[in-house]
Amino acid sequence: MLNLYDYIFYFFAIVILGSSFVVVFSRNIVHSAFALLFTFFGVAGFYVLLSADFLAITQLLVYVGGILVLLLFGVMLTNNIVNVEIKSGTMQTLPASLIAALIAGLLCGIFYVSNWYLVPTTPELLNNTTAVAIGYAFITTWILPFEVASVVLLVAMIGAVIIARREKAPEVE
Amino acid sequence: MNLILEPIVKILIVLFINLTLVSYLVLIERKVSAYIQNRIGPNRVGPWGLLQSVADVVKLFFKEDIVPKDANKFIHSLAPVISVVVAFSTFAVIPFGNKITLYGNEYNLVIADVNVGVLVILALTSLGVYGITLSGWSSNNKYSLLGGLRSSAQMISYELSMGISLIGILLMTQSMRLTQIVAEQGGYIFGFIPNWNIFLQPIGFIIFLVSTFAETNRLPFDLPEAEEELVGGYHTEYSGMKFGLFFLAEYASMITASAFIVTLFLGGWQAPFIEYFNFSPFVISLLQLSAFAIKVLFVLLFFILIRWTIPRFRYDQLMNIGWKVMLPLSLLNLIVTAFLILINIL
Repeated sequence: MLNLYDYIFYFFAIVILGSSFVVVFSRNIVHSAFALLFTFFGVAGFYVLLSADFLAITQLLVYVGGILVLLLFGVMLTNNIVNVEIKSGTMQTLPASLIAALIAGLLCGIFYVSNWYLVPTTPELLNNTTAVAIGYAFITTWILPFEVASVVLLVAMIGAVIIARREKAPEVE
Repeated sequence: MNLILEPIVKILIVLFINLTLVSYLVLIERKVSAYIQNRIGPNRVGPWGLLQSVADVVKLFFKEDIVPKDANKFIHSLAPVISVVVAFSTFAVIPFGNKITLYGNEYNLVIADVNVGVLVILALTSLGVYGITLSGWSSNNKYSLLGGLRSSAQMISYELSMGISLIGILLMTQSMRLTQIVAEQGGYIFGFIPNWNIFLQPIGFIIFLVSTFAETNRLPFDLPEAEEELVGGYHTEYSGMKFGLFFLAEYASMITASAFIVTLFLGGWQAPFIEYFNFSPFVISLLQLSAFAIKVLFVLLFFILIRWTIPRFRYDQLMNIGWKVMLPLSLLNLIVTAFLILINIL
């Protein structure tokens, strides 16, 4: 018997699968980027369904509000202004499908082998935000991975700035 | 069934009020601009031009819808819808009153009391950029595209300082729930100043206000549609009701932004000194509702006055202010607030 929860689950599942097919198979790269928007949305919906409120909103803020905007920004800047045709063609079909099948098998394996930690949903659990617990976990138990990730991001940012600035150097002379 | 019916009724009421306010906000804007420029403004349709908005909407509905030949038709039609949906849906988490008792039932005056409400608003406003960017791209017009690009660069730049300026409030309230943030703003500082965040976080308020202007593309930050340079900016190739939707979205997001500012910094529905009078609970609820409405209208009027008094920034000035002034200032504000909380002053 399907209840409302199941219907919502299947709705998001269809949204994610359908839009990711468009992402992969669309020839127009802007269509791909646009379909990715719905994929991210669907994943955020799953997080909400699992009452991971903070994760869901962060998914929207970071992936939809940040990364995808930059992606579209880059595509639009190169595609329409400079008249360079960017097409997402198909190549290396065999190795790609092999690797994809391998990863899919691995994920399914992990899914069946893992000992899932299940918590019954109670009103208290739904009313309290997970942000506090995540915050504490970041600055106590997982401080080292958190700091390492911060340093990696900082390095990436400095690298991006240096690469973006390099073009200007010869003009000065 | 009440679980589903109650939010739907609230949504319909809020949507109706917002739509009405949008149409009259356009009229107010035209009237205010007219008075600032020593003109009369719309005065032909109805008394004091009050029916001008109705005439405008009817006109927009009956105009021909023109789509450029090489435009991407699907995205071209979808972009204004995205703008409107984002602008209106943000209002869902904003508490516009405390509680009201009608016919023996108590109702919370907020559509969705989400425990990460602040983040929901930030996430949804950051989605607003898609409407503008996609409309600019799909129109197949260089002016539209430039408008769209400007908008995405501007929004990304100001989102950061906007978010960081909020963290000060989150530190003091220790909650991201908007009802909680409003509830914390009751009471008084030194016994007579309302305990609103504008008095506790003045720098945060200014940064947030300026960033809000940038996020809603209002003057002095309306570079995405700078008429003198870009014809009409991202909506150059739109006509009829599709253009009307962009218009609607701009004013709706102004209302939502004002409501957000009021909720965060101006005490939300808190009406100061109300407890000194012996009002019945129902009257108090109504007064709190009207306090919220008055504050929102006040912020909206401020938006309009700024638009007609300050000229547009140049693009490099915009970026300099965003990255070299706003961002360091908001970080400084965050550090000072955190320090004051650490030594138990705030």
